[in-house]
Amino acid sequence: MNKTWDIPGGIHPPENKLQSLKQGIAEVPLPDILILPLNQHIGAPAMPVVKPGDTVLKGQLVAEPNGFVSAAVHAPSSGAIEAIEDRAIPHPSAMDASCIVIRTDGEDRWVDLHPNRDYRALTIRQLLNLVRDAGITGMGGAGFPSAVKLQPRQSIGTLIINATECEPYITADDGLIRERADEIVIGIDILAQILGNPQQILIGIENNKPEAYTALVNACESAAKNGAITSSIEVVSFATKYPSGGEKQLIQILTGQEVPSGKLPAELGIVCHNIGTVYAVFRAVYLGEPLISRITTVTGNSCTKPGNYEVLLGTPTNHLLGTAGFDEVLCQRLIMGGPMMGYTLNDLNAPVIKSTNCLLAADIVESPAGNPAQACIRCGHCSEVCPASLLPQQLYWYAKARDYDQLANHHLADCIECGACSYVCPSEIPLVQYYRAAKGEIRLIEQEVIVSDRARQRFEYHQERLTKAEQDRTAKREARREEARKKAAELAKNNSESSSADESDVNVDSEVIQAALARVSATKNSPEQELKRLERAVTAAENRLAKAEEKLRQCPDDDSRKKVLEAAVAQTRLRHDDAVNKLSRFKIADIASEQTQSANASAKLADDPTDKDQLASDRASLAIKNAQLKAARQADMSELEKLQNQHDSLQKRVEKARNRLEQAISDNDDNIDAYRVAVEKLDIKLNNSETAIANFVPDDRTSDTLHIEDSEQHN
Amino acid sequence: MALLRTTSPHLHGPQTTQHVMQQLLLATVPGLIALSWHFGWGSLINIVIASCTALACEATIVSLRKRPAWFYLRDCSALVTAVLIGLALPPLAPWWVVVVATTFAIVIAKHLYGGMGYNPFNPAMVGYVVVLVSFPVEMTTWPVAQSMLPDGLSTPGLWESIQVVFQFSGSAVDSYSSAYHSIDAYTAATPLDSFKHNNGLLAEQFYDQDAWFVGGRWAGAGWEWVNLGFLTGGCYLLYQRIFTWHAPVAMLSALSIMAWLNFDGGSSVSNGSASMHLLSGATMLGAFFIVTDPVTSAVSHTGRLIYGALIGVLIFVIRAWGNYPDAVAFAVLLMNFAAPFIDYYTLPRTYGHEKYGLGKKASTSQQSLDKD
Ligand code: SF4
Ligand code: SF4
Repeated sequence: MNKTWDIPGGIHPPENKLQSLKQGIAEVPLPDILILPLNQHIGAPAMPVVKPGDTVLKGQLVAEPNGFVSAAVHAPSSGAIEAIEDRAIPHPSAMDASCIVIRTDGEDRWVDLHPNRDYRALTIRQLLNLVRDAGITGMGGAGFPSAVKLQPRQSIGTLIINATECEPYITADDGLIRERADEIVIGIDILAQILGNPQQILIGIENNKPEAYTALVNACESAAKNGAITSSIEVVSFATKYPSGGEKQLIQILTGQEVPSGKLPAELGIVCHNIGTVYAVFRAVYLGEPLISRITTVTGNSCTKPGNYEVLLGTPTNHLLGTAGFDEVLCQRLIMGGPMMGYTLNDLNAPVIKSTNCLLAADIVESPAGNPAQACIRCGHCSEVCPASLLPQQLYWYAKARDYDQLANHHLADCIECGACSYVCPSEIPLVQYYRAAKGEIRLIEQEVIVSDRARQRFEYHQERLTKAEQDRTAKREARREEARKKAAELAKNNSESSSADESDVNVDSEVIQAALARVSATKNSPEQELKRLERAVTAAENRLAKAEEKLRQCPDDDSRKKVLEAAVAQTRLRHDDAVNKLSRFKIADIASEQTQSANASAKLADDPTDKDQLASDRASLAIKNAQLKAARQADMSELEKLQNQHDSLQKRVEKARNRLEQAISDNDDNIDAYRVAVEKLDIKLNNSETAIANFVPDDRTSDTLHIEDSEQHN
Repeated sequence: MALLRTTSPHLHGPQTTQHVMQQLLLATVPGLIALSWHFGWGSLINIVIASCTALACEATIVSLRKRPAWFYLRDCSALVTAVLIGLALPPLAPWWVVVVATTFAIVIAKHLYGGMGYNPFNPAMVGYVVVLVSFPVEMTTWPVAQSMLPDGLSTPGLWESIQVVFQFSGSAVDSYSSAYHSIDAYTAATPLDSFKHNNGLLAEQFYDQDAWFVGGRWAGAGWEWVNLGFLTGGCYLLYQRIFTWHAPVAMLSALSIMAWLNFDGGSSVSNGSASMHLLSGATMLGAFFIVTDPVTSAVSHTGRLIYGALIGVLIFVIRAWGNYPDAVAFAVLLMNFAAPFIDYYTLPRTYGHEKYGLGKKASTSQQSLDKD
């Protein structure tokens, strides 16, 4: 048997798993309506591809992924689309969000399925697409789109399947494994193929599930014997302890390695998937069925028939609870997820979604209303149980004092919000609640810093521009004065000497002009870059316009969102036109004028070497103009570059935020939504910054052009 | 049905602060019984006076701070402080000694520092030291153990004890009280003290001569049983997982090692054997009820090992070479000072970090400060 490592801390809350394991996986009668939230996963909400009134078949796509981190939604049964509107969804914030509502017709008719029994003949890309198209997300509770997690940048040496299920009460995975181990093994084989056959495949399972362990071992053996799978899978059982099922903790238990702070397991060549996800992958690839149902544990003292149920996604919780003999009067707290990390529901119409692994209808005995928190007695129990080896009590002091520096020093970011510290705290301090609040505040501050930074930069640039304009004016005035003086001097000289042009004079002039020309050509590089940037902006605007139009086209006529979409298209079109205009303006104003300028300058040198007055004035004005041009361009450049930099850093941040999100998911982090919101917000900002670049009006350039025209008039 | 909306976790472990404190109180019982058995009613009276004072002080201060008094009294922490003071002070000490010690402990050492959880020093020990320094005579006068009394005499009964403690006037009582305080038969210095001033006798000789050690070879009559009583209570608390073994075991080991290293087999300047040090004075009370006070000790396991060990060393040093007969209170208070430093240097290594201890300064809030 494989060696396992111990993790620090951990607790042993009463397991309460037996109640829901008395029977096998039970069916739930088909509900009348199915409510499918468009955002059952972490990432961008899916885009509906049906409209109210459409009839759909079981397994038909009703909403497609919108972007890379997003997941498709399918009809769990046949019926008619009743509405696409805001409904209560299961979410810690207890908010409403848009859902596709299907009224089932009771026939449960499937779309045509395309099973891939011979999945080994498929390419990695094809397999990934199957996973993605099936709308599979992490089934352990977090709900990160699985296809994304299956495309790590690093090569993967270890695939870990998480069958730990360390939270009390939940037995969904246990029940699933007991009955469907063979399918799971094939699912693992498929995942291994997608990840390029990692050397090591480990299934981690706690030793409180001996039946499931045996089932898995037997399934692996027989599959290996009859050649059904090529990968060699090891089932590793280890001591039960909460929270050994956290992704980071499981990795530590099975490999002894720690995921570096702020990094993804893929950095260690490790990918971790929940066993429920594996089963969904099996169905998606082998049977060709999209993700339309899942196993959910319904348990708690308020249910007379606790157990594991195979439930269609979108089934309203009251329908499911009704099947399990739910007594509303007894129920004190209705928890979606486990008692350690789940969140409470207060609307019984909220549906079961992809990540609903458990519905815990707890009565007053199981979840007594907590006592008010007492003072921290520094007993240190919290640090003893923290799996991340943090100092929860210190974090608590600093969170209370809003000392964000110290919170960062004490690695608040590494808290996985497992709740072990709150569980043991004798003073019943809601520690995790403090950490969540502090994390939220820190995120807010970070954003404020960005916003204020930007405001300050804007202000500084504005100031700079004002001073520069002032300097320009003074310079021009000075230059004019100088010019006049020179003119007078030349005149005097001409009069007194009345001789022909001095050769040396001409030489000097030509030198000056050549220098000016050199300067012009030296600065040419940057206009070219600018041109490219503007061109890029135009392309981006084109893409966006196309996308918006596409969305509008897909939008059903009677949808309320149609107007919004139309407005969006109009706006995008405006922006696009703007970008195109700017590009042409830039081309004409800058490049052309510069070229003519240099041409003029050389032409003059060749044409009229004797006209000294003209030459002198030309020389002066050319010099001034060049200086202005350069200064102006630098200012513009920095402004544009600023935007560009901002854009680049935003892009990086979006990527980082996505990574964080992914990590959050794997950690079963409760802040997933916050992360998701952050990613969405950043996306919006990125868009804005693109528009800003596209809309960038080079103020100084316009004035430059005027200057040039000015000086030409002089000529 | 009104569904509760709360955040996770939705479960809570069995241990509450109140429960911890109640267990502590319960665990003092064997020691208290031993004390009462050997030294009479004094300790019990101490405890009663201290408890009333403590509860009154706590209630007053908490209501002055405009907090619900009942909620704060409920955690029993004031009671624990009171009981520890009652056990630590000499039985039959005048009532005002007890009141002063307790008031000081609750008002100054606990609430002036911000109340429960914020106090850097162990309140009971602060109270004890204050009266030890202020009233040295009363504090160094211990009644002798029952077994040491000459035939015909016994430890005073409850009523006599109360009279002694409250120093009732009235001729009969007066005479009894002054008799009690003056009669050598009833009071004596503690065994630790008398061992120290052994008049140049070899340990063996001294043991044979001194009444304390005639009655109890290990650490003086009665005392060894008192300490064994507290040891029993401590083991119970360990078994109940009220605290971890680190601090007490470290303290007792350090103390025995120091004693063993310095024990010369019993010469006239001997510092006493390890068993004497372990079982005399406030050693066991300190090890299991004072050193384990979470509020004022180091936090991590390593930190507690260091904290406990240093207390053990200090106790021996003060006992052997200092001027005070017992040293637990001073050693604990000194180490209370050091606890934050110990904490700082024994920070754990967070998951996913290579270095132990704190991370770099965060830049975000720094920036935001710059902004402001
Ligand atoms: S468990 Fe609670 S009371 Fe104990 S140190 Fe931690 S926060 Fe304080
Ligand atoms: S919630 Fe955070 S601080 Fe508390 S035990 Fe879990 S990881 Fe540690």
